[in-house]
Parts: sequence; C-alpha cells; structure tokens
Amino acid sequence: MLILSFIPITGIMNKFGLLLSILLVTSIASSAQNVEIIKYPDLHKMMETEKSTDITIYNFWATWCAPCVKEMPYFEKINHLENVKVIFISFDEASKIHDRVKPYLKRKNIQADVYLLDETDFNKIIDKIEPSWSGAIPATILINNKTNKRLFYEKGFKEGELEEIVRNQN
Amino acid sequence: MRTVLLILCCVGLFVSSKLNTTSLNVGDKAIDFTLKNVDGKTVSLSDFKDAKGYIVVFTCNTCPYAQAYEDRIIALDKKYAPQGYPVVAINPNDVEAKPGDSFEKMKERAKEKDFPYPYLIDTEQKVTRTYGASRTPHVFLLDKDLVVRYIGAIDNNYQNASAATEKYVEDAIEALKSGKEVETNFTKAIGCTIKWKES
Repeated sequence: MLILSFIPITGIMNKFGLLLSILLVTSIASSAQNVEIIKYPDLHKMMETEKSTDITIYNFWATWCAPCVKEMPYFEKINHLENVKVIFISFDEASKIHDRVKPYLKRKNIQADVYLLDETDFNKIIDKIEPSWSGAIPATILINNKTNKRLFYEKGFKEGELEEIVRNQN
Repeated sequence: MRTVLLILCCVGLFVSSKLNTTSLNVGDKAIDFTLKNVDGKTVSLSDFKDAKGYIVVFTCNTCPYAQAYEDRIIALDKKYAPQGYPVVAINPNDVEAKPGDSFEKMKERAKEKDFPYPYLIDTEQKVTRTYGASRTPHVFLLDKDLVVRYIGAIDNNYQNASAATEKYVEDAIEALKSGKEVETNFTKAIGCTIKWKES
C-alpha cells in the first residue's frame, strides 16, 4: 500500500525535478560566469599577451580559501576602473567547476574573467609564475603594461588597499 | 600550569630575541621548541630520545590541502617513526582568525583521525615564524642534529596520493638513512596561508 502510493509521487517528483533542472540550466546559460579550464602554458601565454588595459591584475584564489573569498569584492571593485583588468585564477579542482566554482561566482556576482588552472604538480609551476612565491594563496600579481613593471603580493588585501596600489601606478 | 606558561614564555623570549627575523633554509640549524600537545602535555624535539631525525609539519584542521594530506602524514609517521623519524605536527594558525583551528577543535580532529603523532599548537606563532613556514601543509625535515635537510611538500600530487610520481619527504628520509645528500631538498606547493595574529 505504502509502496504503491509512492510510485505516482516519485513520478511527479521526477517530472518536477526535470522541469527544475531545465529551468536551472537555462538560467545558468544566460547569466552565469563562464570559467575556462586552462593549463600552465595557457596562463603563461595570457600573462605575456594580455595588455588590453594599463594594468592587469592576476589574483590566485580558490573557493575554499577564506582570505581569498574575503578579498574578492575588492578586486571586483577595481576591475570596474577604466585602466584595470582583473583576472581571477582559481586553484579549485577541475572536477568542482560545476558544483562549486560556477555557483559561487554566480552567488557573488563576479564579473571579472575567471580561469581554473588545472594542474597538480605545482612545484614545477609556482617558480615559473613568480619566483618569490612560496605557494600560499591568496596571491596577486600586478603587471603595469605601460612600464612592464610587475608587483607580487603573497597576502590578503584589506579594503581600499588595492585602489591605493593602482593609484600609485599612475 | 604556571610552569608550562613559564617555559613557553622562556622559549618565546629566546626565539624572539635570537631568531625572529630569519626563516630557515636547507642546511640551517633549526631550534628545538616546547609547545602544547592535544593531550595537554608539552612536547619538545628533545623528548624523542632515539630520533635520527624529525618530520616537522605545519598543518591544521581547516585547510583543504592540509586535509588532503592528513592520511599521508599519518602514513609517514606509521612508516618512519619506528625507524627513528617521527612526525611532529604543529598548528600555526591564529585561532581567533580561524576558530576551526582552536585547541578544542584540534583535540577533536586528533581523536577522530587517531593521530599517532603529537599535534601541537603554536599559540604565539613564534616557532612558525622562526621556521619560516608560510602555508599549510609545509614540511621541514630535520636530521638528528636539527639541521634542515628538506623543506616543502610531501609529494607532487595533492589530489591523489597514488598518482604522485615524486614522494619528496620519503625520498629525503631515504637519503638521510643511507647517508646521502637529499637530491630534491626544496619544493613549492599550493597551500593555505598561515593565519597570522593581527599585529
């Protein structure tokens, strides 16, 4: 009796679930942030060639990193400055892109570009990205495309700090 | 309790007056320390009378990379402590900045995972600064005379232990055991920043 009464409910639930997922998929496709999975050579190329603004800022982060998540709004804010482009490089596992990274970016309404660096053997990569980097995140690289000068920070930023650094670049 | 505090203060003073500016490099001599273990007792490296070396690991409860390496740290101790190379784990994080790494939470985690090694809290963060640990997990392999022989990651694949092709800490210990130079004596890895006290 109990089992029989379950069948139609599950049926309805399934249909409802299907409808819900269709709705979800459409909404994600229309508004969610696109995250491209890249390997180190892609990042290297990007860092060599991305010069569409005076200043390019690469912020290395992950959804599980509390100080990274805390400072993301500050980066979002300076990404709106005319001469600055912020690029977020995520160290989340590539397998978490759909259930963690994208939902997180959507929830926080992150507009800046986001890439996921899908690597595991970081000993081979960290020095190539920045020799003075020990590997802790958050970490940030600022490249001044006018002077080709580069600044590196292995720390979390406080509110207002990034604006000052950018101001000092001019 | 008062004696413990006194000892800690003394260690603290010693550390801050002598060595507060440098972080350790391979070949440097590390200092011994006295820190509180999850069982409430204090632990020093000199407590390990028969040690031929020490695997000092800065690690914590909350960092996903530290969590990913937890079972591997346990395995290291199970394999190498009987051979004279015990693991000594130190939580470097400021517990106010990271309540998940509080002493109580450390005790819970140690019990849950049945850590076979001491799990110490560096409340003053002086040992952490002196060693120059910057992330969790961060390994410092010392020899019998406390000379640093390896600094870095446990292996080269945090996601999957069985996919790691280079086991840095194990290779370094094997080199020590056979009296050879450690070939790869410094590696970098992604990890969580240490949560420093607001100064």
